[in-house]
Amino acid sequence: MSTHTEEVHHAGATTMTFAKVWIVLLALTGAEVLLAYEQVPTMIMLTILVGLSVIKAALIIAYFMHMKFERLSLFLTLFPMMIFCIVLMLIFLGDAVRIPVMRAPL
Amino acid sequence: MSSHVSASAVAASPWEGGRSPYATNSKKFGMWLFIISDSLTFSALLFAYTYSRVSNPDWPTPFHFSPSIIFSSIMTFALLSSSLTMVMAVAAMNNGNRKAATGWILATMAGGGTFVVLHLSEWMNLINNEGVTPFKNPWGVPLFGGTFFALTGLHMTHVVIGLIYLGIMAQAVARGKFKAEDVEVSGLYWHFVDLVWMFIFPLVYLMSAKI
Repeated sequence: MSTHTEEVHHAGATTMTFAKVWIVLLALTGAEVLLAYEQVPTMIMLTILVGLSVIKAALIIAYFMHMKFERLSLFLTLFPMMIFCIVLMLIFLGDAVRIPVMRAPL
Repeated sequence: MSSHVSASAVAASPWEGGRSPYATNSKKFGMWLFIISDSLTFSALLFAYTYSRVSNPDWPTPFHFSPSIIFSSIMTFALLSSSLTMVMAVAAMNNGNRKAATGWILATMAGGGTFVVLHLSEWMNLINNEGVTPFKNPWGVPLFGGTFFALTGLHMTHVVIGLIYLGIMAQAVARGKFKAEDVEVSGLYWHFVDLVWMFIFPLVYLMSAKI
């Protein structure tokens, strides 16, 4: 009984699904390139670009890297510490904003 | 009596031993651990780039639409398409079709090769036409070259290692070696290389596009 449940094969996504994901990824990339040539305030542009990139990364991880069809325990083991580390790095970013203000005038 | 109860409790929990709690093989789990640690390396470099950029108001924007943005867009297209062909290779291996799998892996390598060729020519353009090197550039912000070449260089190293990895996989799969799960593990690595570029492309190229 228990061995039977271990052998359940996850069919995953079909070729059509992968092709759709690929088209969405290309469309998002195109939107990013178009956005780069719009006159948008830097912070808004950065937010949208990073937001789109996170969506693209999520699509790649979920479908291409098959994470959507893995057990939730694998995702919960791997990702929280990564997010924690990245957030820790970002703590220093406020310092970067402060440096130009502290520069001695030339 | 009590031993009977504990035995059924063991059977109920996937964490009590004797089972695979992640329902993956150890190679795949190992590759996932590598990917997580490598993504932190790239996060650190992307952070170093962002930090240098924010702290330098005179950060240069040397990426003209032609050739830099056009090239990097085509490179993004090549990597995304190679990810799709890699997925097809894994699907072909799951169906037991080694010939098709070899073809798809070779197609993936073609995408990766396109990426490397275009990226190298984009580097040469920056070095020869814009005068950017890892240690100096005409705008007096040496950190630009340093962080740019470190970040894109490490990424290109990953692409080249991926090409070697896939080359080994392709010839082995064609000769009847390796299983579907091995191709899937190499696919994980390749998708990760693609994934990292999804952050480098907007943050390095698009945010510094010369308008």
